[in-house]
Amino acid sequence: MDTGGLIALLREAAPTAQLEDAPGIDLQPTIYAARDDMPELTRVLRDRPELAYTLLIELTAVDYWPREPRFEVVYLLVSIAHRHRLRLKVRLHGDDARVATVSDVWPAANWLEREVWDLFGIVFDGHPDPRRLLMPEDWEGFPLRKDYPVQVKLTPRTTEALQVTEEEFRANLTKDRLSRDQA
Amino acid sequence: MVQWARRSSIWPVTFGLACCAIEMMAMSCSRYDVARFGAEVFRGSPRQSDLMIVAGRLSRKMAPALRRIYDQMPEPKWVISMGACASIGGVFDNYALVQGVDQIVPVDVYVPGCPPRPESLIYGIVQLQRKIALQKLA
Amino acid sequence: MPGIRTETMTVNMGPQHPSTHGVLRLVLELDGETVRSSSPTIGYLHTGIEKTTEQKKWQQVIPLVERMDYLSAQSNSMAFCLSVERLLGLEIPQRVTDIRVLIAELQRINSHLVWLGTHGMEVGAVSVMLYCFRERELLLNLNEMLAGFRMFPSYMRVGGLREDLPRGFHDAVRAFLDRFLPKLAEYEDLLTKNEIYLKRTRNVGVISKDDSVAYGLVGPIARAAGVDYDVRKYFPYLGYDTYQFEVPTQTLGDVYSRYLVRVAEMKESVKICRQALERISPTGAFAVDDPRVTPPPKDRVYTEMEALIQHFLIYSQGFTVPAGEAYVPVEGPRGEHGFYVVSDGTNRPWRVKSRAPSLLACQALERMIVGGLIADVIAVIGSIDVVMGDVDR
Repeated sequence: MDTGGLIALLREAAPTAQLEDAPGIDLQPTIYAARDDMPELTRVLRDRPELAYTLLIELTAVDYWPREPRFEVVYLLVSIAHRHRLRLKVRLHGDDARVATVSDVWPAANWLEREVWDLFGIVFDGHPDPRRLLMPEDWEGFPLRKDYPVQVKLTPRTTEALQVTEEEFRANLTKDRLSRDQA
Repeated sequence: MVQWARRSSIWPVTFGLACCAIEMMAMSCSRYDVARFGAEVFRGSPRQSDLMIVAGRLSRKMAPALRRIYDQMPEPKWVISMGACASIGGVFDNYALVQGVDQIVPVDVYVPGCPPRPESLIYGIVQLQRKIALQKLA
Repeated sequence: MPGIRTETMTVNMGPQHPSTHGVLRLVLELDGETVRSSSPTIGYLHTGIEKTTEQKKWQQVIPLVERMDYLSAQSNSMAFCLSVERLLGLEIPQRVTDIRVLIAELQRINSHLVWLGTHGMEVGAVSVMLYCFRERELLLNLNEMLAGFRMFPSYMRVGGLREDLPRGFHDAVRAFLDRFLPKLAEYEDLLTKNEIYLKRTRNVGVISKDDSVAYGLVGPIARAAGVDYDVRKYFPYLGYDTYQFEVPTQTLGDVYSRYLVRVAEMKESVKICRQALERISPTGAFAVDDPRVTPPPKDRVYTEMEALIQHFLIYSQGFTVPAGEAYVPVEGPRGEHGFYVVSDGTNRPWRVKSRAPSLLACQALERMIVGGLIADVIAVIGSIDVVMGDVDR
């Protein structure tokens, strides 16, 4: 199915969506979608039997700083039943980098969206677990943005914060003592 | 005499991080059998070993764990930094890697390569054995 | 007995542990020996390779990219070269394509041997590891013949290969293939009908077919659950539709099925290797004949001025790739992977993103180990064949 046919089908299923065809030399058709249409569009893509894009292969982002709109979130989808591929892209502005999560449509997106948040700082509304994935938990900054330096001169940290506070530790000790006495 | 015993039965703890770990495993297998040099078993627990071969690239997130494992090893202990990434940061001079494991633990032998051939690592172990032979007790 | 107070125990596995494949940290909540919940933490091998590639020229990215998934190194560099060649619009000669198929299949056998060895050792069959690594040494000898380096030969380049095949390569590959199949039968003798192995792996770490697709799993894990998605058959590249081979699948989705799928894949790879070997002539074209990308042969560089200038330009400033983006999927040993490459028209990449099959396998790990025993956790982690270099990049 070429891009024209695909867009026609999508427009019929989701008439209010703003879709844009993007020419490319790649073997997968590329479509730009608007950010607000994403929840409905992703459900249509997964559930319509003629489309059946059930496999989310990749979810990533590209930073086009200093061009605006700055970010582009890229979704690569595969339809196993029909042997089709699709690249879906959403453009986001630098000061308003949020998009709805797709982890309720494709559970594979959970960690992929966490990685995009970790490295780019794009917020995914409705994500069940928005934590950093690859960088240390208390890292500041978003490394893969274009205005973040490649080399960072920082002494490596060799100690980790205590996992429990002192009160908790003492409470654990008394708890253990009580259970030993009871046994 | 004691130094002969120490250097002839040096047991490493598994600290394979990345690609160098595969070459370390190949070194312990049948072609480049390292057991004939005394490294008979790779102990899983640091408390039962006396050598730590840091094999692979050390990221900033992993650095506290490395220090902790080093501290858990009993004296006398030695460290071999295997590969370019462990020695100096390797090909990757960026925000995510510690540029050389010697910023975290004291290193005795550096083995260059990316990854070093198993023969290089065996040569590194032999050099460490010579170093141990020259050390005085305590 | 009334009045006994039970509670769950939280155990931390890793990041340094003899049985994890690299640095994966699992915090398990155990009720006795049963796993109630788990929370994996990754990122202990994050190397920032993707940011580093933005600083290098196109040809310099290849060694970096090989070190991402270090067990399928040449598959990685081949995927990257395919994406960049797509952007450049190059027509690769047929002989180069056949050599690439041969190298990719040999790399698949290589990776599966490491998997089999480490998996066998973790489950308890230590001798399997020694045998597999012995066969792997022969494959590393082949790599060394090609480009002098055992694990990361950097033999694939944008535009073809680095240099022509060495003399004696055909005989060496044939000798390896002839020796390998009987040895593979030996390994199967050790494991396939072994009662202990069956007890440890049957119905352990099960994932259903729908769950596999929902969690984005591809490769041997999905094929063991019944999803027959294989990029070589669905979206053929490098002329794979002209080779005769099958894609093995199973239905149960447990650790034993994954073992059967991978062993069968090794046999299919041997078949493809033999077919590819027939098609490759001992000498011939090894790169596309495009002066922007391929340096001229050395004897011309030393004698002609034009060739010297061309060589100098290629190695100092590199070639420029037209603006655009490309993603060519490739079937690696762990499933579909590829490189989403974005170019802005200069001699450096703008963004290189590696599609990591191991990342999604790590995510689905939670599904597979909850409800099982803690000893099964080791078997399951081994069976999903995660390479942490691929997960963390």
